[in-house]
Amino acid sequence: MAAKKLTVAIAGNPNSGKTTIFNNLTGTRHKVGNWAGVTVEKKEGFVSHNGTDITFVDLPGTYSLSAYSMEEVIARRFVVEDNPDVVINVLDAANLERNLYLTMQILELGVKVILVLNMVDTAKKRGIVIDVKKLTELTGVTVVKSIGNKNKGTDEIIQAVISSCENKNTSHINLRYGDDLEKYIKKVEDILSTDKELCSKYSARWLSVKLFEKDKEILEALKKSPLESEVLDRISKVHKSIEELYDNDTESLMVEHRYGFIHGLCKELIHKSLEDRIIASDKIDMFLTNRLLGIPIFLGIMWLMFTATFTLGEIPMGWIESLFAVLADIVRATIPAGLLRDLLVNGIITGLSGIIIFLPNIMILFLFISFFEDTGYMARAAFIMDRIMHIIGLHGKSFIPLIMGFGCNVPAIMATRTLESKRDRILSILINPYISCNARLPIYILFAGAFFPNSANNVIFSIYILGICVSILSGLLFKKLFFKGESEPFIMELPPYRLPTLKGTAIHMWDKGVIFIRKIWRVVMVGAVLIWFLGNFPENIKYSRNYTGEVNNIEASYKTKIANAKKGLQEKLEQEKESIISDITNQEKSEHQEKTYIGKLGKFVVPVFKPLGFDWKNSVSLICGFVAKEIVVSTHGILFKVGEDADEGNTGLVEALRESHMTPLTAYTFMVFTLLYTPCLATVGIMKKETGGWKWTSFSIVYSFSIAWILSFIVYNVGSIAGIGLAG
Amino acid sequence: MLIIGRRILTTLDKVKANQKAVIIKLNGNGSIRKRLLEMGFTAGTEIYVKKHAPLSDPVEYIIKGYHLSLRLKEAANIQARII
Repeated sequence: MAAKKLTVAIAGNPNSGKTTIFNNLTGTRHKVGNWAGVTVEKKEGFVSHNGTDITFVDLPGTYSLSAYSMEEVIARRFVVEDNPDVVINVLDAANLERNLYLTMQILELGVKVILVLNMVDTAKKRGIVIDVKKLTELTGVTVVKSIGNKNKGTDEIIQAVISSCENKNTSHINLRYGDDLEKYIKKVEDILSTDKELCSKYSARWLSVKLFEKDKEILEALKKSPLESEVLDRISKVHKSIEELYDNDTESLMVEHRYGFIHGLCKELIHKSLEDRIIASDKIDMFLTNRLLGIPIFLGIMWLMFTATFTLGEIPMGWIESLFAVLADIVRATIPAGLLRDLLVNGIITGLSGIIIFLPNIMILFLFISFFEDTGYMARAAFIMDRIMHIIGLHGKSFIPLIMGFGCNVPAIMATRTLESKRDRILSILINPYISCNARLPIYILFAGAFFPNSANNVIFSIYILGICVSILSGLLFKKLFFKGESEPFIMELPPYRLPTLKGTAIHMWDKGVIFIRKIWRVVMVGAVLIWFLGNFPENIKYSRNYTGEVNNIEASYKTKIANAKKGLQEKLEQEKESIISDITNQEKSEHQEKTYIGKLGKFVVPVFKPLGFDWKNSVSLICGFVAKEIVVSTHGILFKVGEDADEGNTGLVEALRESHMTPLTAYTFMVFTLLYTPCLATVGIMKKETGGWKWTSFSIVYSFSIAWILSFIVYNVGSIAGIGLAG
Repeated sequence: MLIIGRRILTTLDKVKANQKAVIIKLNGNGSIRKRLLEMGFTAGTEIYVKKHAPLSDPVEYIIKGYHLSLRLKEAANIQARII
């Protein structure tokens, strides 16, 4: 017997507990993606119950189904075009009036609906009791009570879904828009019903209502109809007369009628036993949004989040590093030396580890973000920071991604998902890379330590400040150039504080991690393998010295020396030998780098970097730094013949740098360049994913490089002319 | 500020904390206006000014039983009568 298949859409206001119910229904049996062509998250979950397979689709949270926000268009489109068998409308019982606005819109569509009255426990505490029987009577649909975060009502919901498919569960609300308007709505409805094509998906009345509301999507759809001009003509005449009669436009009038109807409904449904009293939520807000304490508390919480993400994150990052080192060892042990092994170890495994290493940071950060969003603190954070953010053209919610950028730009850019408007999101993403991340710090420490030994801290701090300034100024510039016009309004609900479910938060965290890997592994792998290729080919390099021969000679000469030496001296001689061999090997590696494609590439692009005071060695490091900024230091180590294990504290490297052509000025220029130029591969990958394509990402790459070059040019040349920092 | 009898007609941004007002009309046009309407800012609806953010802007309001924040700039487009 074939299983019966059902598709159920879940709609509701933001903060109605919709997602918790979705999680209760589907648990881990869900998949996350994007709605076609947009960067709005789509969640689908699967449940099997007594032979029926149900697919739950979590629609974006919306306050209405008008067509002016992407989320609303998606929700409406899904209900109308994808024909779900049932639509579950989750309502916040403590906030029924506003929640019913969406309900009215859904009911007007004429689909099968089940109402889920969620958070009835909170409502009861506030003295609000809803007459469920009356609600069923007045709307004609099944109503289920639930308490999402205690997983109560889940079974009843599934039962209701299954039984709804067996009976004719359509609503019978009679929402009228006033006698005057109704006349015209009916007229237009009659005209529209002659166009069979147009009315195949929507009812004529619904179309008429939407047209009077100047609904953008329906106006578009009308264009295809021959009736367009007649209908539009009539409607505009009506708009005029309504405006004259009521001193109010048609849209407002219609919304008012809906709310009037809802108000009447609520009067019969809601029994409020307690007067508006100060609830726990308000008490908490007395501190959290307090005029004096609000900001310090917020900054403290930010600090906590930052420290946990990047300091706590170090521990699992260490495990991951070890894991990959072990993996590399296994490969080295099992596969014979050669090109394949080298590709696996230095190309593929390096690439993979470069991706997975971000997981701890991302998951911890999103643990915090989910917690803030689910408790409702996120809205308060945006509320507090909005004034400052608005001055630089951003939204209050943009603050967290910016702060996270100081640790790592990858999770920071992922965090921009919390912003509702696409414009705000893209703007926040574009300015994020100039916030200096952790990976760039070793570079600063190396160069500042080598060339500014007495003021390294201040020098590094100045770089961070420069980054912040470039971020802000770029933001203002982009706003003027690309995002002109009305900035997004700050109409934001401040939901009552709630305790989130552990399950929900954990699921959210896991989803984010999976999405991250799925989306960027290709970009990073390609980059890592490419760099590996450039660094290992051509294979047959003509060395200037016979390194192997030299090493053998040393081995041979020391062999006899050690054999003939006294016991105590033997160790010392061994060390001497190792040191000399190590020197020779380093020189060989350096020459190798120089003569492979990457060295040649470095030399080839030198003309670009010469005006900034860099030589080919710096250029090679910068090219490698494109893969991951961490590599810049170790590449310098190789090229300056100190070995690839050199880190920023390596005195040999510091000395080598000082003795090279570099001066304090070129060192500072190099730091400025590193701060600003193209972000690392992982960042590029995540940018592409979050902006929905290569357009903005390519722009960012080009812009970053240009701004890095221009500012470095200015620093270097102004400094040279002024004679600052030239002594090496 | 227009004074009609003992009632004061003003815009929402000028209503102080802990004061109550009634929405009269929404000025301007476009998506902000529509959004506000759908969130319950219809004529005759009561609105209560809860508090200002630490930096004075935005402002927290209570309307139709829920809390909402608006920037003063957006509130300036809402005609209201203090009660």
